[in-house]
Amino acid sequence: MLSRVAERVYWSARYLERISSTVRLVSIYQSLLFDLPNNVSLSWYNLIIINDLEEAFGERYTNRTERNVVKFLLGDEDNPSSLINSMRAVRENVRTTRDAVPEEAWEMICELSMYVQDNIELALNRRSRHEFLEDVTKGCLQINGLLFSTMPQDAAWEFLHIGRNLERADMTSRYLEAGLTAIIELKNDDSAINSRQIIWGSVLRSLNASQYYLRATRSPVIGEEVVPYLLNDTVFPKSIAHCIGAIIGSCAKLPRSQTALKKLKDIQKQLGAEINHQDLDSKLLEHFNQLQILLTNIHIIISDTWFPAHE
Amino acid sequence: MTTAWNDYQSGEFYDELIGPNGNARKPAQKLVSYLKSLTDEEVSSRKLAAELAIKDMGISFTVYTDEGNIDRAWPFDIIPRVISKTQWDKTDAGLKQRLQALNMFIDDLYNGQKIIKDGVIPEYVLKQSTNYRKECEGISPAYGVWAHICGTDLVRDKDGEFYVLEDNLRVPSGVSYMLENRSIMKRVLPDVFEKVDIAPIEAYTSHLFETLTSLSPRKIRKPVVAVLTPGIYNSAYFEHAFLAQKMGAELVQGSDLVVQDDDCVYMKTIAGLERVDVIYRRIDDLFLDPEAFRKDSALGVTGLMRAWKAGNVALANAPGAGVADDKVVYAYVPEVIKYYLGEDPLLPNVETFLCYDKKQRDYVLANLDKLVVKPANESGGYGMLIGPHSTKKERETFAELIKAKPRNYIAQPTLALSTAPTFTEKGNTPEPRHLDLRPFVLQAKDSYVTTGGLTRVALKKGSLVVNSSQGGGSKDTWIVDTHPEAKA
Repeated sequence: MLSRVAERVYWSARYLERISSTVRLVSIYQSLLFDLPNNVSLSWYNLIIINDLEEAFGERYTNRTERNVVKFLLGDEDNPSSLINSMRAVRENVRTTRDAVPEEAWEMICELSMYVQDNIELALNRRSRHEFLEDVTKGCLQINGLLFSTMPQDAAWEFLHIGRNLERADMTSRYLEAGLTAIIELKNDDSAINSRQIIWGSVLRSLNASQYYLRATRSPVIGEEVVPYLLNDTVFPKSIAHCIGAIIGSCAKLPRSQTALKKLKDIQKQLGAEINHQDLDSKLLEHFNQLQILLTNIHIIISDTWFPAHE
Repeated sequence: MTTAWNDYQSGEFYDELIGPNGNARKPAQKLVSYLKSLTDEEVSSRKLAAELAIKDMGISFTVYTDEGNIDRAWPFDIIPRVISKTQWDKTDAGLKQRLQALNMFIDDLYNGQKIIKDGVIPEYVLKQSTNYRKECEGISPAYGVWAHICGTDLVRDKDGEFYVLEDNLRVPSGVSYMLENRSIMKRVLPDVFEKVDIAPIEAYTSHLFETLTSLSPRKIRKPVVAVLTPGIYNSAYFEHAFLAQKMGAELVQGSDLVVQDDDCVYMKTIAGLERVDVIYRRIDDLFLDPEAFRKDSALGVTGLMRAWKAGNVALANAPGAGVADDKVVYAYVPEVIKYYLGEDPLLPNVETFLCYDKKQRDYVLANLDKLVVKPANESGGYGMLIGPHSTKKERETFAELIKAKPRNYIAQPTLALSTAPTFTEKGNTPEPRHLDLRPFVLQAKDSYVTTGGLTRVALKKGSLVVNSSQGGGSKDTWIVDTHPEAKA
């Protein structure tokens, strides 16, 4: 497999995953804001913070309103990670790797891009938003379903897998960080217990984790259980430990992987280091920050090993 | 039942579907009666279905504009063009004959130039050819074949005969659209396929793959074949990706390849370097290798010519093949066929005036308003003068151009290109539109011709320009056997 194609397949998977998680995040957030008591000052703008987009947002908008945030995340041409730009990136990457992915994937991606292009207005309007987001989610699931059920488990498959899992780990770490930030900012009053539950519940829901969390932990939704579940559970597909394990597993099947594997296992060890989940404080927040740096390092290791050098 | 077809008239032109008496031609009878049975609403819904299919299938081409590159959906008309199998069989033989002779001609030009020494072709033709590559002298590619893939443009004149308009021997494109047009039609008019005996066309890509693998310098069971593309900004990128996918070949860009000290070509894979045996290059000669040709080419591969000359990689088409893709050479093709094969050409040329010749040039200059003037080495329909549609000022400009560089221009009578009923944007009444046909011919050890080809249609009323970059569209092309019982 060509190194250039490997890189593009990897990015296709990352962008595709980014689309589904952005869409999910926006739809979960809406209901989160409905549920929180009025004295909790959580705003749509948090979604911009979670995605590290404060600067880009500030260049485009002065008002941090729901409409502006949603427009920026979904329909903005100037936001490189917006839904519409991620969709374009998937299409461009698949266009140049059509020989590596199933024939039908190209057609499905064209269809979904057209749907997004033609209907993005629906997303800005609160009443039609849900339907739009659901359709995009279904489109992504359809594409992933096609890849899963038809692709041979060759190198292209492994790069898709690596891209998807790295993007997932990245998202999970961001949501953990966002949840914890919101918790720390809560005023310690009567409604705090309730608000904490709502916030951690949303973090779980935005990762499709609620149902499995309850079954696996047999615990109510509390931060002391949610954080270790999303960090360390080995079978939940979006937990950090699972994603890193999957990345390592895929890398092991690729040629020339020895050096990369050694470095990746080092990172895995660092991630697995014992941390204190009992105190949900700024120390834990710093730990999440470190985690994101480690995830960036994983990308660099993979890129250095298999992707073409970019002069 | 719609009345839309009753007023259809193509006037003085030969129409592909409707005869002069207003009735459908034999191979098109079932199709036309089916189309006539459609209501206005049904026609609209099928046109819409075709448009959607094109977008879903991502069939596009890139147009270069001042505002940047635009990816445009492929313009398509749902009424197919129909040709009888009997007529096609003759055309098929003529195309093979022509390419065979052209390849012998190219091989001769780079190895001894017997045809010039024998006085069949004047020396100036070669001396002033922009596509002759000195670098290729003395090279003998496999089977003596230089142009492995040729797109020959055919037109049908008033008399209903096919004439060769030009031979595209460099990097002809369009075959993917020919194949996709058929897929669209199967989605849009599935019921017709049951009624009519339409020859399938899908075999092209496997023939192309066989042609390419047969060129491999390493005699191994599974040679590595790559399609070399200039990249996504090229207007034919869609086709490059399509062909690579359909052949199971690697789609590579110049930056994916490297020539090592052993003069072999390698591609950069995740497992390290892997040798490449055959390159189907969709990059023009001059951009292939900055070491041999244009130093500023960022699209090519340094050392590629070295590897090719050393016989370590096959290039299709071979560099230098474009020497025969020159409209001055074109005028001599009938002589070329007679010279090498001792046969009469099965497919006629369009009458051609060479501006280099004083007598012919004087005739051209005196009749610019009646003739089509073409530069000898352009493709894509650029830089042409269509006399009857031109202004006085344009004719004056061309007169100066011709006088300055007579070798660079040829002229042909304005052809009465055939027409076919075509749905226009405005409504569901078919109107006659001019068209041409580009079959694709393969040659290596064996020859192969596509069943039909890509029909391009000028969508503007009265226009003769069929290029997609200039308002042209396309149609599916059916080769129909009207004597199916004879097959058994």
